[in-house]
Amino acid sequence: MYRIALKMLMGDRGKYLGIIMGLTFASLIMTQQPAIFVGLIMRSYSFITDLGLPDIWVMDPEVQWVDDIKPLQDTELYRVRGVAGVAWAMPLYKGLLKARLPNGMFQTCIVVGLDDATLVGGPPRMVEGRLADLRRADAVIIDIDGAREKLSQPPAVPGGKRIELKIGDTLELNDHRAVIAGFSKNTRTILSQPVLYTTYSRAKQFAPRERKMLSFILAKAKPGEALADLTRRIRTTTGLAAYSREEFMGVTFRYFLKNTGIPINFGVSVMLGFIVGAAIAGQTFYSFTRENLRQFGVLKAMGTSNWTLLRMILLQATLVGMIGYGLGVGLTSLFGWAMRNTILAFKFPWYLLLFSGIGVTLICAFAALISIRRVITLEPAVVFKS
Amino acid sequence: MGADKDLAVHCRGVLKTYGTGEAMVTALQGVDLEVRQGELMMLVGPSGCGKTTLISVMAGILDQSDGDCRVFGQDLMHLRNHAKLAFRARNIGFVFQAYNLLPTLTAAENVTVPLLINGMGRKEALKKAEQVLEQVGLGARTRSLPSQLSGGQQQRVAIARAIIHEPRLIVCDEPTSALDHETGHKVMELLKGIALRRDRTLVIVTHDARIFEFADRIAEMDDGRVIRIVTNSSQLH
Ligand SMILES: Nc1ncnc2c1ncn2[C@@H]1O[C@H](COP(=O)(O)OP(=O)(O)O)[C@@H](O)[C@H]1O
Ligand SMILES: [Mg+2]
Repeated sequence: MYRIALKMLMGDRGKYLGIIMGLTFASLIMTQQPAIFVGLIMRSYSFITDLGLPDIWVMDPEVQWVDDIKPLQDTELYRVRGVAGVAWAMPLYKGLLKARLPNGMFQTCIVVGLDDATLVGGPPRMVEGRLADLRRADAVIIDIDGAREKLSQPPAVPGGKRIELKIGDTLELNDHRAVIAGFSKNTRTILSQPVLYTTYSRAKQFAPRERKMLSFILAKAKPGEALADLTRRIRTTTGLAAYSREEFMGVTFRYFLKNTGIPINFGVSVMLGFIVGAAIAGQTFYSFTRENLRQFGVLKAMGTSNWTLLRMILLQATLVGMIGYGLGVGLTSLFGWAMRNTILAFKFPWYLLLFSGIGVTLICAFAALISIRRVITLEPAVVFKS
Repeated sequence: MGADKDLAVHCRGVLKTYGTGEAMVTALQGVDLEVRQGELMMLVGPSGCGKTTLISVMAGILDQSDGDCRVFGQDLMHLRNHAKLAFRARNIGFVFQAYNLLPTLTAAENVTVPLLINGMGRKEALKKAEQVLEQVGLGARTRSLPSQLSGGQQQRVAIARAIIHEPRLIVCDEPTSALDHETGHKVMELLKGIALRRDRTLVIVTHDARIFEFADRIAEMDDGRVIRIVTNSSQLH
């Protein structure tokens, strides 16, 4: 009987494909949109995740997220170093500065100033050159994506290739020379601004005269020190905000969710995908059942139980559900693969599979339910109606 | 109930109403009818007189509102749902005016349906279906879809489907009405020649006077009642 159920469905090419298309659409939207959303979310705190070494971030208590810089006095660094349980603490400058390109154009960059001695807070990975090269005169390291995109210059001849920066090229930041000593590979940030690394003292020269320069204090707990205890101790002794890495990611992430409207936009997309997919697939599936009511009636008259008919319909719904889901997830993966080297934010963690899987299951369950209801209440005597 | 043993169907005072209140329609107003085992009985009468309703009650796909209807001694109305389904699956075959084949199944697959419902495996059922299709003269068309067959061929597939599980009663509603005279005649010859046996009864609803000659007995209905039973169509009118 199950084979008959499948043949009934697949024999009706138009409806069969219609249902699968609806489900594919729903599954695609319910996977691809959240994947972009997750990608964006991860970029919102990528500055934090890219910085692997320290496990505590100390900052002004008013700071709301990672790009909300409220500088501290340099002396705060020593107070944090003085807190019991802190293994080390290093300064970090983070600011937006305009860099002047060789051709005279300007581009805003995220400038990161690292502790001169230890260079703690450097990029996750070097593509060209070494981090230690920052110790050379006027040296800066820039991220490779920035170098290729926003910091590249228009081609010399129309239609030619854009001119990318290379090692040894110079930029100007507030009339200070900066020589490119290497390229790093960073996780993109939300606005994809180029990231430029330098030393803390050099960053002070680049930055316009500001009274306070210290953006963050990066600290490491002594071995065996509980992070929760230590952050509390830093807070109470210094009056500053101190977060573990995960906490600061959470703070940033929540600020981002609350203040950008991005979750609503994606939520609306996902809802629309669900509703449109459910409408198309549910509607087509139901109309398939309705058109086959006479066949179901014949089966019923011949002695097929409601229980068997129910399982036949569930099987039909499961089949189209699995195909639609597979196609939707496949298309999403294809999309992500095609976009892997572009600016587009896209992350496809396993829980998105679960998310869209549940969505598709709900649609199929709904479609099956209305059909089953119709078939179960069907009187077998309809078979003699002409 | 000794006499009941030879009866395929025994109806007494069968009453059937549809709907309630103002919209109530009385389709059967006390039908008394006995159908013997192994006979071909036709039900005739004007449109709307209750013929379809009566065979629906006999086939156990519709419950009467009142009265008693026994099929091979079984009071179907008072059987539990599960037992009633099993009874239909085992004992009843159906032939319809509109054939009612499943359009996406081949002829052979359509014929297997009653066997599958009775729990037979697919392979075995297909083998048997091919044999029965052979019997109705469609051995060469087992893999055709209904849409690739003529009306007469489709009705022959339907007959194969109605007999494959060896039911004891086959009910047919206007089996020849959609067919031309000659094809209808062939279908009747098949029904009488293959479907009808000593242990298998046929009840055929029809208003097609040209096939009356195939009947053993003819029950004439009017206005929800059986008004008379004849053994020869010349006795009608
Ligand atoms: N499902 C139904 N609901 C309401 N009335 C019905 C239904 N089926 C049949 N009837 C009515 O019952 C009467 C007998 O119908 P039917 O048994 O189909 O007659 P026949 O087959 O002899 O033409 C008719 O008046 C018909 O309109
Ligand atoms: Mg009728």
